[in-house]
Amino acid sequence: MQDFSYVNAQTLSEAVALLDENGEKARILAGGTDLIVNVREARRDVDLMIDVKSIPEVNVLDYDANTGLTLGAAVECYKIYAVDAICDAYPGLIDATKIIGGTAIQGRAGVGGNLCNASPAADCIPPLIVLNATCVIAGPNGERELPVEQFCTAPGQTALEKGEMLVSLKIPAPASNSSSFYLRFIPRNEMDIAVVGAGASVTLDDAKQTIVSARIALAAVAPTPLFAQDASASLVGREVSEAAIDDAAEAAQAIARPISDMRGTAEQRTHLVGVLTRRALNGAIQRIRD
Amino acid sequence: MARKSHVQTTINGETVEFLCESRQSLLEVLRDELYLTGAKEGCNNGNCGACSVILDGRLVNSCLVLGVETEGKSVETIEGLAEPDKLHPIQDAFLENAALQCGICTPGFIMSAKALLDSNPNPTEHEIRYWLAGNLCRCTGYDKIVKAVMDAAKETSA
Amino acid sequence: MTEKKEYKVIGTRPIRHDGVDKVTGRALYGADFQMTGLLHGRVLRSPHAHARIVSIDTSRAEAYPGVKGVATAQDLPDAEDRIADLGEGAVNLKYLCDNILASDKVLYKGHAVAAVAATSPHIAEEACTLIDVEYEVLPPVLEVRQAMEADAPLLHETLKTTSMGETADEPSNVASHIQHQLGDPEKGFAEADIVVERDFVTGTVHQGYIEPHNATAHFNQDGQLTIWCSTQGAFTVREQVAEILQYPISKIKVVPMEIGGGFGGKISVYIKPVAALLAKKTGKPVKVLMNRADVFEGTGPTPASYVRVKMGATKEGKITAAEAYLAFEAGAYPGAPVGPGAMCIFAPYNIENVIIDGYDVVVNKPKTAPYRAPGAPNAAFGSESVVDEIAEKLGIDPLEIRLRNGAKEGDRRADGPVHPRIGCIETVETAKAHPHYTAPNGQKHHGRGVASGYWFNIGLESSVTINVNADGTINLIEGSTDIGGTRSSIAMQAAEVLGIPAESVNPSVVDTNSVGYTAVTGGSRTTYATGYAAYEAAQDVKRKMIARAAKLWEVDEDNVQFADGEFSCINGKEEQISFRDLCGRLGQTGGPVVGSGTVNPGGAGGAYATHIVDVAVDEETGKVEILRYTAVQDAGRAIHPSYVEGQIQGGAVQGIGWALNEEYIYNDEGTMTNASFLDYRMPTCLDLPMIDAVIVEVPNPGHPYGVRGVGEVPIVPPMAAIANAIYDAIGIRMTELPMSPDRLLKAMGKI
Repeated sequence: MQDFSYVNAQTLSEAVALLDENGEKARILAGGTDLIVNVREARRDVDLMIDVKSIPEVNVLDYDANTGLTLGAAVECYKIYAVDAICDAYPGLIDATKIIGGTAIQGRAGVGGNLCNASPAADCIPPLIVLNATCVIAGPNGERELPVEQFCTAPGQTALEKGEMLVSLKIPAPASNSSSFYLRFIPRNEMDIAVVGAGASVTLDDAKQTIVSARIALAAVAPTPLFAQDASASLVGREVSEAAIDDAAEAAQAIARPISDMRGTAEQRTHLVGVLTRRALNGAIQRIRD
Repeated sequence: MARKSHVQTTINGETVEFLCESRQSLLEVLRDELYLTGAKEGCNNGNCGACSVILDGRLVNSCLVLGVETEGKSVETIEGLAEPDKLHPIQDAFLENAALQCGICTPGFIMSAKALLDSNPNPTEHEIRYWLAGNLCRCTGYDKIVKAVMDAAKETSA
Repeated sequence: MTEKKEYKVIGTRPIRHDGVDKVTGRALYGADFQMTGLLHGRVLRSPHAHARIVSIDTSRAEAYPGVKGVATAQDLPDAEDRIADLGEGAVNLKYLCDNILASDKVLYKGHAVAAVAATSPHIAEEACTLIDVEYEVLPPVLEVRQAMEADAPLLHETLKTTSMGETADEPSNVASHIQHQLGDPEKGFAEADIVVERDFVTGTVHQGYIEPHNATAHFNQDGQLTIWCSTQGAFTVREQVAEILQYPISKIKVVPMEIGGGFGGKISVYIKPVAALLAKKTGKPVKVLMNRADVFEGTGPTPASYVRVKMGATKEGKITAAEAYLAFEAGAYPGAPVGPGAMCIFAPYNIENVIIDGYDVVVNKPKTAPYRAPGAPNAAFGSESVVDEIAEKLGIDPLEIRLRNGAKEGDRRADGPVHPRIGCIETVETAKAHPHYTAPNGQKHHGRGVASGYWFNIGLESSVTINVNADGTINLIEGSTDIGGTRSSIAMQAAEVLGIPAESVNPSVVDTNSVGYTAVTGGSRTTYATGYAAYEAAQDVKRKMIARAAKLWEVDEDNVQFADGEFSCINGKEEQISFRDLCGRLGQTGGPVVGSGTVNPGGAGGAYATHIVDVAVDEETGKVEILRYTAVQDAGRAIHPSYVEGQIQGGAVQGIGWALNEEYIYNDEGTMTNASFLDYRMPTCLDLPMIDAVIVEVPNPGHPYGVRGVGEVPIVPPMAAIANAIYDAIGIRMTELPMSPDRLLKAMGKI
C-alpha cells in the first residue's frame, strides 16, 4: 500500500482547506470501507486522508416528521436503522443500509460514503434518488446544494469540485400514503455487489388505488445510478395494476445500458431491470397498503 | 521512509500506546506491532470477517480501520474475551458444539457473535445467519457455528 | 446393519484438545509467527497469461530504501527435466521449480517472477513495482478442448503426449491419455433398452481456505534452514524445498504451525522455497505472505473439465454399459487429477461393461492442485446426472436404481481393484428411509434431487510416539497437521487401547526433527493412518507396561492381562494395578516407557455418500435456493462423531458453492476477473439451511477400529444432486457448472 498522511480534521473549514490545498490526491476518510480498499489495491492514488468523523456537521442524524431527515455524510449505516422513526419514514433507504456489506461493514460504512464512492452499483443511491434527496456540499466558496441524481458523473467520479466535500443529505418528509422500497439481485443472499439494483417510491391517493406520483431508480446498469424518469412518469395517474407496473418496468429496461462483467452479463442485467422494477414498485405499494 | 504517528488507545481494557504508519491497518497494528495475533487476515478487504474486532462497542473489520484512527478509542479483541479462569459462554459453546475445524475463522466468528448477543440476546436462527454472513468459514458448512451461537444465546440470556 | 462393538472412548464427543487455544486466539498459525529482526517478503507476479520473459532488471528495486534482497529464478539451482518422487507422486522438477519462480516463460496470470525482502511488507510491495520485466506476450489458451486442438498455442515445446506407455513424436498440450476398460462396452450398450449420453462442463474452482499461504524461513550460520509455515505436510515441504534448492534434508527443519484450512491446496509449495531463498540472500529471517488475490491467481485450484458420459440400461433398470470421456485442465504444468476422476466415476455401481478415457491437458491457468476428492466431483457431476436421467426416463425411483445397481464387496471397479467390504448400498438405503426423502415434495418450482459419490481414500506413512507420564496420562507425538480436529480423533484411538479417558492424552503435532516420517494430511488418511499408528504405539505401550507389571509381581508376562484400564495377574497371584498407578511406578520397574508406532497401511477402505437436496428456483431471476440438505455417509467407524459430521457438512457446502456460484471468471487475455472473496462467491451462512449429516457405520476391515477416511467424499455428490433437483423443479437438465443465475435464465429461455 502506498504511503500517505492522515489528518483528523476537527472542523468543516479545516477539512475544506486541506482538500483545497492538496487537490485530487487528498480524499475524505469516513467509514473507509471503500477508500482503504481502493488505495490498498492501487485503484486510487492518495497522499492525504482527511478523517472527518470528528466534525459535528457530518455526524448529524436528525429526523423531523414535518421537515424531514438531515443525514450527516459520515453517519454509519447501523445508526440509521437503529432509529425507528427513520425506518418508518424511509423504508427504501433502510433496505439499502441493511444490505451493504455485512454487519461489520455497516459498523463503519455510511450512506454519504456510499454516494461519494460513486459506484454504479451503489445500493444507497437509488433509494436516495427516489426519496428526492439533496446533497449539501461545503467548499472554499461556502455551501451549495445539488439533487442527488446529479451527484455521480462517472464510475468513481462525482460533481464535487476542487476543495468540496459532502456534508449531509437532506431528504424531505414522506407524503401521506407513500412508501419506498429497494432491492437488488445478487447470486448469494449477502456480501455481494448488486448485479442490478432497483429502488422505487410511490405515493397513492387516499383510496390507495391510484398512483399520485412515483420515482424509480436503478443501479449497476449504467456508468452511474440512473433516475428512470420516463418509467416514473408513466405511472402518474394510473390505477395500481399489473399492466401499469409492467409498462413502467419496460420503460426502465429501455434506459438500461448495462455492460457484461464478472458480476453478470448485459442480457441478464437488462432482464433483471424488468423483474426488479416490478418487485420494487409492488414492494412499495404493499408497504403503503399494509 | 514513512513517518510514524504515536497513538494511544484502549485494548481489552488496558491503555496501550504504539507507533504506526498511516497506512497500517488496525489489523496490522494488532498483529505486527502489539503481537495480538488472534485477529486473522483472510482477505484484507472486508469480505471474510476473520479480522473482526469490536471498536467502541461496534463490530468492525479491523483490516478496514487505520491504526491511527483508533486514537482515544476502545478496542476489544478475542484475546480479551475470556476471564483468567473461565471462557466466555460463546467460547464454551463453540467447543461443546465442535463449531470449529481449522479454527482460523473462529476468533472472528466469536467476536461477531459477541457483538450480536450484546445487541440482541435472543436472536432467531435467521437473525444469526444474517448477522454472521460477513464471516466466512470454509470448513464447517456453518451448521455447528449457528447452533453454537444459539446455545450461547440460551446460556447468556438465561 | 452391522455388529456394534462396545467402546469407551471411540464414538464419544470430547472437547478437542486444541480447542481452548483456538477459541481464545492463542493458537499460532503460520502468519502469526514473529521473530526478532524479521524481514517481510512479497512476490511479483506476471500480468500476462502467456509470455516469454525477455529480461528482468531488479536494480531499481534493490536500491529502494528498506529493501534487503531480491530473488529471481536465477537464484534457483539449475533444474533439469528430472522426475522426483515427492510423496504425493512423481513430480517433474523443472516444472516444480518454474512454478516457484518462472525462468523462461510465464504460463499464467499470477505466475511468480521475482520476490523482494524488505523491512516492512509495504516496502516489499512497493519495491515489487520497481522490478522491470520485459515480456514477449504470447496468445493464451484457456479452455481444455481448445488446448487439445492441433493448432492451439503450445505451453511447453518439449511436452509430448504419453498414452498407454507410448510417447508421441510431436509436442502437444495433452500431457497424457489414460484408458480403463472392463468387459465389452459395445455388447453392453447393445443390450440396453435405453441409452443416455450427455456432455458436461465444469469451471475452475478454488479450495477457498480462509488462511492465505505463508512461510517464514531462517538460515543459521551453520547452514541449518528452518521453515515455519502452515502446511498439510511438513515432511512434504521438507522434500520439495530440498529438491528445489538442492539442499540436504538433514539441514532442513520444517515447523508446522496451525493451519487455516487446506482441502488439498496446501500440499504443493509456492512461497516456502522463496522465503528460504530470500533468507539465504539476506542472512535474516524472512516472512512471506500471500494476499487473497495471490492465493486465487498464484496457487492451485481444481481443474475445469469437459466430461462426456454415456450409460445404457434395461427397462428393469439394470445398467448394462457405461462410457466416459474426461478431459481435465492441468493448468500450466501437467498433473490434473484425471486418474482419480477415472477411478471414481462409476464406482457406486456394479457395471460389467465400462470404458473410460482420460486426458491431462495443460492450459494457461495456475497449475492445479488437489481439492477434496480431486477429480471425483467433476466426474460424478456427469455420471450421477446421467443415472438420474435414466431413472427418470424408466420411471424408476432414483435411489431405487442405485440400489439395483449398487456396488458391493467383490465387485470390480473399472480401473481394476475389487471392492473389499464397502457401504455403498447402506448409504442409499439410509437415504431412502430418511424423513427428508419421504417428506412431501410438490410445491411449484421446488425440486428434490439425489446423487451418490465415491472416494477411494489413501493410507501412506505415519509415525506416532507415546511418552508415558507418571500421573497416568500420555503425551502423544505426531506429524499430521491438524486441520479439522484430528489431534482428538488420533488421541482417542490411543486412549481406547490404554483404557484411559481422551482427556488423559496430550497430543502434539511437532516438527520434522521430532517425529518419524509422516505423509500429508490429505487423501482422508489422517484419522485412518495416523490413528492406526497411534493404535500401534499404544499397543507398544501396553506391551511394555505388561512387562512392568510382570516385573513388579515377579511373574511371567504371559500371566498379566490388561482390560478396562487395569492390569491383573491371571495365574496364581491376586494382583491388580490400574494403568494410572502403574505409571507412577515406572521408575522402580526400569525407567520411562515410550511406545512407538509406524504404519503404511494398504487397507484404507473406500467411502461412499448419498445426498438428498431440496431446492427452490426463482423462475424470474434464475436463482437457486437450498431449502433442505441431507448427507448420508459411511464413516466405517466414527471416532469423534461431531468432527465426522463437521467434515460431511463442510464438504457438502463446498459442493453447494461449486454447484451454484463458484468459478474462476476469465477475460480473453486470461486474467481472472473475480480474484477476491467478494466476487468468487463462496457460500455464506445466510445461503444455507442446516446440513443434516447422517453417519452410517460399515466398519473398514483394513483398520483395527474400522475407520474409513471421511473428509473427501462429501464434496462428490452435491453438484449432481442439485442439478437433479433443479430438473425436478423446472424440467431442465443443467450440464454446466456453476449453475449460476445467468446460466439458468439462459437455459429457461428468459435471456
